[in-house]
Amino acid sequence: MKVLSKKPELCIQCHACESTCSSTWFKEDNALKSCIRISGNEKGDAVITSCTQCGECIDICPVEAITRDKNGIVRINKSICVGCFMCVGYCPELAMFMHDEYIEPFKCIACGQCAKNCPTGAIFIEQE
Amino acid sequence: MNVEKLKSAHKLLSEYKYELGKIDKGYTNRTLYVNLSNNEVKEKPVTQLMKDKFIGGKGFGLWYLWNAVTPETKWNDPENEIVIAGGPLCGITQYAGAGKSLVVSLSPLTDMPVDSNVGGYFGPLLKFSGFDALELQGKADKDVIVFIDGNTGTVRIEEAPLEAVDSHVLGEQLTEMYAKDEADKRNIAVVSAGTAAEHAYVGLLNFSFYDVRRKSIRLKQAGRGGIGSVFRDKKIKALVVRFAGVKGNLNNPADQGTLNRTGIKFHKEMHDFDDKQNRMRQVGTANIIEVMDQYDLLPTHNYKFGSHKDTYKISSKVFTKKITQGMADGCWYGCSMSCAKAVDHFELKTGPYKGQKVIVDGPEYENAAGLGSNCGIFDPDAILELNFYCDTYAIDTISFGTMTAFIMECYENGILNKERTGGLELNFGNTDAALELIHRIARGEGFGKIAGLGVKRMKEIFIREYNADPDFINDIGMEQKGLEFSEYMPKESLAQQGGYGLTNKGPQHDEAWLIFMDMVNNQIPTFENKAEALHYFPMFRTWFGLNGLCKLPWNDITPENNKYTDEPAKIPEHVQNYVDIYNAVTGSHIDKYELIRQSERVYNFQRIFNIRMGKGKRINDRIPYRAMGPVTVEEYLSRQERYDGQLKELLNYDTEGKTTEEKMRTLREYRESQYEKLTDAVYKRRGWTMDGVPTVEKLKDLGMDLPDVVEVVKKHI
Repeated sequence: MKVLSKKPELCIQCHACESTCSSTWFKEDNALKSCIRISGNEKGDAVITSCTQCGECIDICPVEAITRDKNGIVRINKSICVGCFMCVGYCPELAMFMHDEYIEPFKCIACGQCAKNCPTGAIFIEQE
Repeated sequence: MNVEKLKSAHKLLSEYKYELGKIDKGYTNRTLYVNLSNNEVKEKPVTQLMKDKFIGGKGFGLWYLWNAVTPETKWNDPENEIVIAGGPLCGITQYAGAGKSLVVSLSPLTDMPVDSNVGGYFGPLLKFSGFDALELQGKADKDVIVFIDGNTGTVRIEEAPLEAVDSHVLGEQLTEMYAKDEADKRNIAVVSAGTAAEHAYVGLLNFSFYDVRRKSIRLKQAGRGGIGSVFRDKKIKALVVRFAGVKGNLNNPADQGTLNRTGIKFHKEMHDFDDKQNRMRQVGTANIIEVMDQYDLLPTHNYKFGSHKDTYKISSKVFTKKITQGMADGCWYGCSMSCAKAVDHFELKTGPYKGQKVIVDGPEYENAAGLGSNCGIFDPDAILELNFYCDTYAIDTISFGTMTAFIMECYENGILNKERTGGLELNFGNTDAALELIHRIARGEGFGKIAGLGVKRMKEIFIREYNADPDFINDIGMEQKGLEFSEYMPKESLAQQGGYGLTNKGPQHDEAWLIFMDMVNNQIPTFENKAEALHYFPMFRTWFGLNGLCKLPWNDITPENNKYTDEPAKIPEHVQNYVDIYNAVTGSHIDKYELIRQSERVYNFQRIFNIRMGKGKRINDRIPYRAMGPVTVEEYLSRQERYDGQLKELLNYDTEGKTTEEKMRTLREYRESQYEKLTDAVYKRRGWTMDGVPTVEKLKDLGMDLPDVVEVVKKHI
């Protein structure tokens, strides 16, 4: 299974991944529309938040709009989604996101575009 | 299932085409009116007055009913209506418990308006189809189905002779019949009753939703007050709505972002705390069975006692194992509380469906207590079987539990015997007899016909026909205003006696549930404190019914910091959530105080509606003594230490050398006087006269001084 893996200790919090992600999927450089989020903890160390493809959201979804595809990636079928956002509240990684402009949630599908633009190798695609 | 054959027997009586609308900030601004006597179908505008004064949901239902009936109208007159309405928040998918329908009708049990709050998809899909409310009037000659297609804008009234009447079969048949394919089944919602509703006064309505994981329909109940009996009296077999295309923004809210964020905050709270707090996702409301027993509140043997040594046999742990875990059990999208639990593959042991494996929707706490401990039944499978048959036959589980408990006590006291019950030995704990009774109620057969009329009618019959002692019967028959008490033993909590007695529709726990505040936490010691609680909580809880909401997500989970807030019992953060989502949908700017006033308008209107129907005054707010204290020596002795102590402490009464009967008399005088004092305090706080009539000043203050309403009040002041 393909996942986006991370080494936070290498992250320099340049936020290039957020720009790449939101530009790729929403055609806009806006961290609030990114499927990966960079923040700092109390000590100032980088925290990288993105989907681990654990799939807990699959069972939470009331309409079976969330499924795991043949490559192991957890995907949202937006045409079925009813916008309840229970998956956002129940994500153990806090990696399912909502933005006011959209009525469906969004998440990382390990496309790898952000990893290509990461200057330090803090994020990378890995086969699990 | 050969639905083609069933469908081919349908005869189209009327077809009506309408323009598809768009919802504006929670309102479609239209009502669908259907008259079954002449098959008239029409649209009615939802007026600004309705929105300003009545908000929606049961507010709309009460207003339409007020205009449809006269003080002389009976439940089975054609002009009686069944109104189903959600409310402005109904159908939002982001906040838990937002798919409720409120059903209003004149009740066969209480002969005045009743409202019942129910899940399932009908309310939301009705709204997305273009209507804030469905108003049903008249009576059909033969069984009919009313079908609303919200995608094509079509309403059809069809004669439907061949379908089943019992809901678990009928719901499946109609879901199959009206869905285009398997994927379309989630877009169908069915409202139906059952065979018992054709004979009994305690008939309920089942509201379906399609469970995509179980690939089967699920049933939620508008249980209280006998609306299912009205439904079958009107010869309605079912209501069906179809709407494909549910999304999270169909209400066109003023502020979608706030709605989403408030919902997500709540979902996260459920995720973080439910396992530690109430386990609603594991076992639903049944989580409190053993807690009630522990606090002496679990109604046992017709509310004689509050606990039983065998309660462990029907504890939440037992039912947790029987319930299929890990399913998405919300009765509308976005309910992270998901308390609509179900037992799968349950094999029935009795009745017409014996041997079949079925889904039992439940058990909820009320069912376990009413069908279980109150009848002395401590067999979980018997509770599930009774639960299943109550639902599919359309019998309110609460009324069934309370009236069967009453019957059992009458049987044990010789008021009833085998001859009178048609051979049923209805002692406490006789599971087989209870099950046979339910089948006879459904068939309207023998004693089953009498039992199905409810406690109030039975009391009259037992006194008249069986020479029962009226004092005893009236003390132990747990009904008020004609409605059976719900399943909490209120004897030791004065505030809960008021919570049951000082209500609009009779003793239920929709309006006030103060047992914990009063008894366990001692938060409301004085009459004024109790009166304040009996003002605030009924008003606050009424608000859910105006908006198409469920009240459980309000207090069945609390935020982590709740205990440090100024008013923990109100759950201030959740109250603010409701203010926020109301404003987000409707674009209004209410605060928590205006929220209460919205409810007060409708609450007072309902009270005056009761008065207009000849009820709703002080005399109607009295409760049977079983709800207040020990009726029998056996009950007194079971809590002798407590009662003797109270006599000494509170009344300075020397119990030495007194007989139990003497002590009981003194305790009774005291407790009855306490209830009267509480009534005075509550009426005062609510702005009513000491006879329980809302004053004109109060109505003016609320902006509820509508001419018709004031006219009724003036006759009684």
